[in-house]
Amino acid sequence: MASIENPVAELPPPSASDLAHGEVLYSIRDLTVDYATRAGTVGAVDRVSLDIRKGEIIGLVGESGCGKSTLGKALMRMITPPGHISGGELLFAGEDLMLASDRRMRQLRGARIGMVFQDPMTSLNPLARIIDHLTETIQTHESTVSDAAARDRAEQLVARLGIRIERIDDYPHQFSGGMRQRIMIALALALRADFVIADEPTTALDVIVEAQFLDLLLELRDEFDLTILLITHNIGAVAEISDRVAVMYAGKLVELGPANAVFGETKHPYSQGLLQSVPNIDVDDVDLYQMAGSPPSLVHPPPGCRFHPRCPAAMDICRTEEPAFLKVAPEQATACWLYSKGRYDE
Amino acid sequence: MSEQERNTPLVEVGGLTKWFPVQKGFIASLLSHGQIDNVRAVDDVNFTIQRGEVLGLAGESGSGKSTVGRLVLGLLEPTKGSVKIDGIDLNGLGREELRRMRKRMQVIFQDPLASLNPRMTIGEAISHPAQIHLPDLSSSERMDLVLETLEAVGMSPARFFYDKYPHQISGGQRQRIVIARALITRPELIVADEPIAMADVSVQSLLLELMVSLKEKFDLTYLFITHDLATTKYICDRIAIMYLGEIVEIGPLNEVFKNPQHPYTRALLAAVPVPDPRHRRKEPLPRGEIPNPINPPSGCRFHPRCPIAVEGICDVDQPRLKSAEDVEGHLASCHLRTGAHKDLDPTRTGQH
Repeated sequence: MASIENPVAELPPPSASDLAHGEVLYSIRDLTVDYATRAGTVGAVDRVSLDIRKGEIIGLVGESGCGKSTLGKALMRMITPPGHISGGELLFAGEDLMLASDRRMRQLRGARIGMVFQDPMTSLNPLARIIDHLTETIQTHESTVSDAAARDRAEQLVARLGIRIERIDDYPHQFSGGMRQRIMIALALALRADFVIADEPTTALDVIVEAQFLDLLLELRDEFDLTILLITHNIGAVAEISDRVAVMYAGKLVELGPANAVFGETKHPYSQGLLQSVPNIDVDDVDLYQMAGSPPSLVHPPPGCRFHPRCPAAMDICRTEEPAFLKVAPEQATACWLYSKGRYDE
Repeated sequence: MSEQERNTPLVEVGGLTKWFPVQKGFIASLLSHGQIDNVRAVDDVNFTIQRGEVLGLAGESGSGKSTVGRLVLGLLEPTKGSVKIDGIDLNGLGREELRRMRKRMQVIFQDPLASLNPRMTIGEAISHPAQIHLPDLSSSERMDLVLETLEAVGMSPARFFYDKYPHQISGGQRQRIVIARALITRPELIVADEPIAMADVSVQSLLLELMVSLKEKFDLTYLFITHDLATTKYICDRIAIMYLGEIVEIGPLNEVFKNPQHPYTRALLAAVPVPDPRHRRKEPLPRGEIPNPINPPSGCRFHPRCPIAVEGICDVDQPRLKSAEDVEGHLASCHLRTGAHKDLDPTRTGQH
């Protein structure tokens, strides 16, 4: 690929640039998100703690309703009623977002935290050309940038993301799904966001376009030291590009660790069942694991470990007491009573 | 079953072609002098499915795979070519004959919520096709048949689910209901169009397992349409890969997966995400995206994206499906890998 000047490097450095690669960019502590419904309070995210590190791609997996998308929204403080963040701490680059004003949050969204969703058409204005999206985004946040400079920056970005510059004057509907996702990334990068939350970004894409998009995410991470939270049910996609993997079940974080460890030495019985249920084109066996039961209601979650009614290894204690989220290896942690004895200590 | 019946493929598709005319504005149609553009959704597709076999039909959006499914079911009329079910050409059938034929072939679509009437109970939804196709059954016989079928798809106890509405059960259970409704007329052929695409992975594996066991239990034949190559491995005997309306490769599943011949098949297989972080992609990805089927590229339709295309051949001559690697029934349409241009060394002539 022709070398194109890094459009982000030319910009004034973002305030988080003093964070070195690998330092904690976003620290989440005991995050709890509830939804008030007629049936009762749904604990969509229940006391989740997670440190997201500068420059990493962290894959967040789990099945429908496990709370992964809610967690992603909570990180941008975009939970709307009937939902609300009912507890926990959100520290982004040292700033307490629970205390941030709405105005400050608007500034951060886009400028520091970018978003890519499954359906880009719902995020793009069908009546605005791509160039208008980009220049408006840039000039809204940076009022001193001239029209020409904004256009210049937009063109460089678009070219970097593999979209032909001529197409910058086209409208969203004239682009394919894969190209629209690239435009979403361009919008995130137009304002030097250093953290991108991508919620099911490839779910609507065909497999080759998906692979191209995942490759692009990897390149951008390497080029800009971007931090990416990849939220998806597509476990193959997570395996392809994630440094670390987090697994959620019924609102709880049940396992976290380096991708190789979570896939290679899976600890939590739910993660094990989930990963073994994934069809793998690369292996010869033709039996898929069959996980019993279905996820519980979050209005009345089971006592103890929320997975115990489906767990093949459930013990008495699992039915009554909730397991803590503990380290089981230098970089790997899980919430499961199986590992409570002989647990890893530093 | 006579000898002939056993040898006649259940599905025989020959030269199947479906073009959809493109709607144009009034001025544009004046300017083009009445010339009509067509979306060439399906172009000269040929395959057979034997009784008891599962043929996978895979490809990206816009490849024409779902259109083939609808043509096989007689839900669309082909522009050219024919579909024969058990030797009977659907084209020649009158309304009444086609209706009787439909009893023998059923369909399962992707979205069970869209396939089920929210105001019908599960029992009503499943017995509905039986009322149409099995009018001789008394209502108690029909009810027994519904309950038996519910049990067969794992909705047990069947009585408990009979009076429930679609919104009262989970997505995976809804898809089981759609499968039960397809089975109620005891069809021979089921066209399953992305039957598990909406489900979560753990539910996907249960549904795949169910489809495999039902196939044995009810002597079914499947046309399994999917964009997800990884799942085909668990159910299909043979697979056909479609690109821009054409089958570019077809053969026994293991053969095609282990020894893919067409560069598009190779790319598609290589792009499938593998749930193993140590895995590295074996083939480079093709450039760009699937082109517009209104004016498909000349010659081989894949040539503009193909890593090994040779100028003067691939952009000029349209390749035909030819036998590949001397494996029976493994065909691919690539000049460089089969047929006349085999002497060309694809690595030397590859252009990037």
